[in-house]
Amino acid sequence: MGCGATEVADLLRAGAATITEHRVELIDLDRPIGDSDHGENLNRGFTAVVSTLDTAVPETPGGVLKIAATTLISKVGGAAGPLYGTAFLRAATALGDRAELEADAVFTALRAGLEGVVARGKAVVGDATMVDALSPAVDAAEAAVGDGIPAVLAAAADAAEKGADSTVPLVARKGRASYLGERSVGHLDPGARSTALLLRAFAEAVR
Amino acid sequence: MRVGLVLVSHSGKLAEGVAELAAQMAPDVTVVPAGGLPDGGIGTDYDSVLAAVERAEAGGGVVLLYDLGSAEMTADLVVESLADPGTAVVVDAPLVEGAVAAAVAAQGGADRAGVASAASSARGGESATPGEHAGSAETTELTLGNDVGLHARPAALLVRGIAGLEADVRIRLGDQEADGHSVLALMSLSARKGDRIEVSATGTQAAEAIGRIKSLVERNFDE
Repeated sequence: MGCGATEVADLLRAGAATITEHRVELIDLDRPIGDSDHGENLNRGFTAVVSTLDTAVPETPGGVLKIAATTLISKVGGAAGPLYGTAFLRAATALGDRAELEADAVFTALRAGLEGVVARGKAVVGDATMVDALSPAVDAAEAAVGDGIPAVLAAAADAAEKGADSTVPLVARKGRASYLGERSVGHLDPGARSTALLLRAFAEAVR
Repeated sequence: MRVGLVLVSHSGKLAEGVAELAAQMAPDVTVVPAGGLPDGGIGTDYDSVLAAVERAEAGGGVVLLYDLGSAEMTADLVVESLADPGTAVVVDAPLVEGAVAAAVAAQGGADRAGVASAASSARGGESATPGEHAGSAETTELTLGNDVGLHARPAALLVRGIAGLEADVRIRLGDQEADGHSVLALMSLSARKGDRIEVSATGTQAAEAIGRIKSLVERNFDE
């Protein structure tokens, strides 16, 4: 089964729904180590993405992701806006103007998104950021490319959840949490959590 | 065309304050503050920064400075999204010192690379290494007669006065020496009214540089 612009738009709608559902959880995760705005900012951004897609869905999956990128950049703010915005923008660029995606293209988009986040935020695995969720997700997605899109996204979501949990014992080395030093230990990184939530929502939407 | 400056900060007040300070030393440079969120809250806003870059662009390019954390990401993203990303550059520099140094360099007619380099070398006002100018060395001693000595505005006037000359200028006060092309280095000398400074210059226009500084000091920096 291929995945066209309409299906990609539906993935984003599912992602927006999960962010709305987990808004308070993300705010609570962010409160002790950040400025408690992650849930609010992401919810505002994804709600705006859905509004834009309700007006018109672009013709290609890349076009849909690009709309999501520019909307998130404008509406989310903080670090999450530029990071998620860059991820979706790079994914859109990697897909170009193809009309239908197969599993390998979904993997390519995920990898481009990760590369964008790393380039923008200069974080590596182990810094207690969204990279800790996204990086293992991309590796798992690659391993599942032969099994189709639902398998790719399910593998990515599983790995992202494990990766997000791995941030709990870490000392944060990027963003506002890094100002806390050792006191950031024991907290699940909100960005890693939202990445895992989004990938799980994408995986469930294509099942 | 002069280079424009954009100051990206989490706080609107901080960006405006730094812009005010920089503009005082560089009256002809467009310094655009881009701080805070549209609703007045703390944060950086992509659309505001993009609009600021468009306002600061007068044909000579734009240099962006930022305060911390995500301000750098927002600034980077804005530059990447420009029709020609080569026209603007984000500089890693201390915001206050960098903005002042960049504004003075832009006022003196430096190009985008020159303004960026002035900002990034403005760390605590340390002296730059002497340049490789050929030509004879000139030295003179001058007594500061103006009320505030080599404070911000006079220091900026001095740097602007010799900008663009083929001359490497050093200013000494006692056993301290400062780069005559750096406002912050000059200010860090803390030269006051009545102090005697030694001005030395090398390069093909060394004499012209000395002459201009002498004239400024004799005019009490037009105070």
